[in-house]
Amino acid sequence: MRTSDETTKLVEEASKYKYGFTTNIEQDLAPKGLNKNIVRFISKKKNEPKWLLNWRLKAFDTLEKRKDNFPTWANLKYNKIDLQDIHYYAAPKSEDDKPKSLEEVDPELLRAYNKLGIPLKEQEFLAGVKNSHKVAVDAVFDSVSVATTFKSELSKLGIIFCSFSEAVANHPDLVKKYLGTVIPVNDNYFSTLNSAVFSDGSFVYIPPGVRCPMELSTYFRINAANTGQFERTLIIADKNSYVSYLEGCTAPMRDENQLHAAVVELVALENAEIKYSTVQNWYPGDKNGKGGIYNFVTKRGICQEAHSKISWTQVETGSAVTWKYPSVILKGDHSSGEFYSVALSHNCQQADTGTKMIHIGKNTSSRIVSKGISAGRGQQTYRGLVSILPKADNTKNFTQCDSLLIGNDCGAHTVPYIDVRNKSSDVAHEASTSKISEEQLFFCLQRGITEEDATALIVNGFCREVFKSLPMEFAVEAKKLLELSLEGAVG
Amino acid sequence: MLKISNLSVSVENKLIINNLDLEIGEGKKVAVMGPNGSGKSTLSNVISGKPGYNIKEGSIKFEDTDILKINPDERAAMGIFMAFQYPVEIPGIANSSFLRTAINSIRKKNNIEPVNTRIFLEELNQIASKLGLDKSFLSRDMNEGFSGGEKKKNEILQLLLLKPKLCVLDEIDSGLDIDSLKVISKGISEYSNKKNSMLIITHYQRLLDHVIPDEVHIFNKGKIVESGDHDLVKILEEKGYKEFS
Repeated sequence: MRTSDETTKLVEEASKYKYGFTTNIEQDLAPKGLNKNIVRFISKKKNEPKWLLNWRLKAFDTLEKRKDNFPTWANLKYNKIDLQDIHYYAAPKSEDDKPKSLEEVDPELLRAYNKLGIPLKEQEFLAGVKNSHKVAVDAVFDSVSVATTFKSELSKLGIIFCSFSEAVANHPDLVKKYLGTVIPVNDNYFSTLNSAVFSDGSFVYIPPGVRCPMELSTYFRINAANTGQFERTLIIADKNSYVSYLEGCTAPMRDENQLHAAVVELVALENAEIKYSTVQNWYPGDKNGKGGIYNFVTKRGICQEAHSKISWTQVETGSAVTWKYPSVILKGDHSSGEFYSVALSHNCQQADTGTKMIHIGKNTSSRIVSKGISAGRGQQTYRGLVSILPKADNTKNFTQCDSLLIGNDCGAHTVPYIDVRNKSSDVAHEASTSKISEEQLFFCLQRGITEEDATALIVNGFCREVFKSLPMEFAVEAKKLLELSLEGAVG
Repeated sequence: MLKISNLSVSVENKLIINNLDLEIGEGKKVAVMGPNGSGKSTLSNVISGKPGYNIKEGSIKFEDTDILKINPDERAAMGIFMAFQYPVEIPGIANSSFLRTAINSIRKKNNIEPVNTRIFLEELNQIASKLGLDKSFLSRDMNEGFSGGEKKKNEILQLLLLKPKLCVLDEIDSGLDIDSLKVISKGISEYSNKKNSMLIITHYQRLLDHVIPDEVHIFNKGKIVESGDHDLVKILEEKGYKEFS
């Protein structure tokens, strides 16, 4: 994609005129670089209200003032990305820039699609083939009418499920009330960056007493395309409500942006439950570690009121670098938090991932189950914090953190932080590191199972506790994905 | 069915099997008996293709194909089954799904379509009840937390399900109580027919009282030191291995 001269001109003009952009812009791309005008440009392009622009600008100022940068404390080695060398606004690609057919798409990607059993029409959509977008809507939903039915069913219940931009336009009070309340703008370098330049994302609101009748999935929200880089998601479950939200897709998605810095905030009010499941399969780079996405994600939920519950489940198989700690602040009494994770690092992938459980309320409980798999030269770190604050009487935490090594060149590391300031709490931590044994492999082989299938079988067994907590269909896909990601890990 | 010629095998430069010749005909039950460390388990591992053994010399032919260069999973697909002396635990995988993966892997290699799930489960339940195993046994994790007897019964369950041509039974009788031994022996005897062959590796007489072998070989220091029919078992039981070295 080439920055058009006209866009450049507009940005220049915007720097001259405080309230620039009066003309309707057709260009797709802002020039590279991060500055106040780019922030204004993004906000203007999205027709945002002034309060949101100001919020973004404040974030930008915070970013400027921050002394820190990409984290150095994580067990990750990577080249820093120059924030001035990134495009911060890109409308969906023009159809002419896209591959004309699947024949022009990377064969490795197609092989992956076929292995995952993805229908051709959807493959075209995922690979970003020209004019596939409209067809894919039909393919995913069977027909457009299904999509419409789905939306009307939700709105009958008062559920709001839309893009973040739509929510800003149609439900500004809700957005204003909760945006940045779980993850403050200045929480960390990436949350600050995201707050200044976020592109789009999802917004969900479940009204009091409503149990969302279906899994809400980004996959169904077609306009989620092209928001991958600086995604912003906000989910609010009002009193006595329930929602299960699925993010991502097992099919490897093409993306030309190297840096991803998403922010996800969850708010659970009294007796509400949010279940958030992720399958992350961004491009991991090639066998030698060339290319691949840097995924710096901030995800946090707050159990704001009593008896609320937040559960994170993640299957992380993609990205060259993963830096991610979906956390729960257990503020309401009797609230509970869960974190179930399977993370795989193959070839040269690195993951530093885990969770934080912050116990503030009384009788709060949390459960952490982390399964890390390292293969090839992959490096995997579990990093977690369990914090029990002084007033959190009778709290419980259980942490289980297992690592599985495949081969001799990979690594697994466990860094649990436990900070207990209340004597009545009960905190348990179990950890194990194991290798797939030759005995196990040979046993499977002797029963006719190939080495690759045997590895997948053993790894799936290792991950079962986490897969069990995924919605059924997602779990089946996640298994297949793990098998695919482990290809070439043995032998 | 199986023809071992002039086979010498070493592990870490130590000769374990020394110039062995052994033939197992179709429909035959052949017992190999020997003291600890005589190379019996090495023999079964080499037939099934376990890595880590250095074949210095000789050949193993299964139905006239030299199998020494063939991968263990391919050997399994050809019809070679080994019942493990120490069956392995695989946490997180239900017994029945392991078995279905195994049977379908073998079918795939022989260009047969995957087994119908309903038929598979029916057969599995049938075999399980024949071996006196509760249905819940099939949904438990593969060998995890199984008693010694259950693990061994599970080996026979797999044998009866996978229906191999050559069954290599590596000390299937070790660690079994009398009742379990009877159940297992019955399973083996019922499966045995003119089309398949058995290589029964054991220390003791007691299994061979239930499964009557056609030939008995006494193994010591990596070679056969004495051969005979079922009567040899009784002689051995009286005199001990010391007489045969």
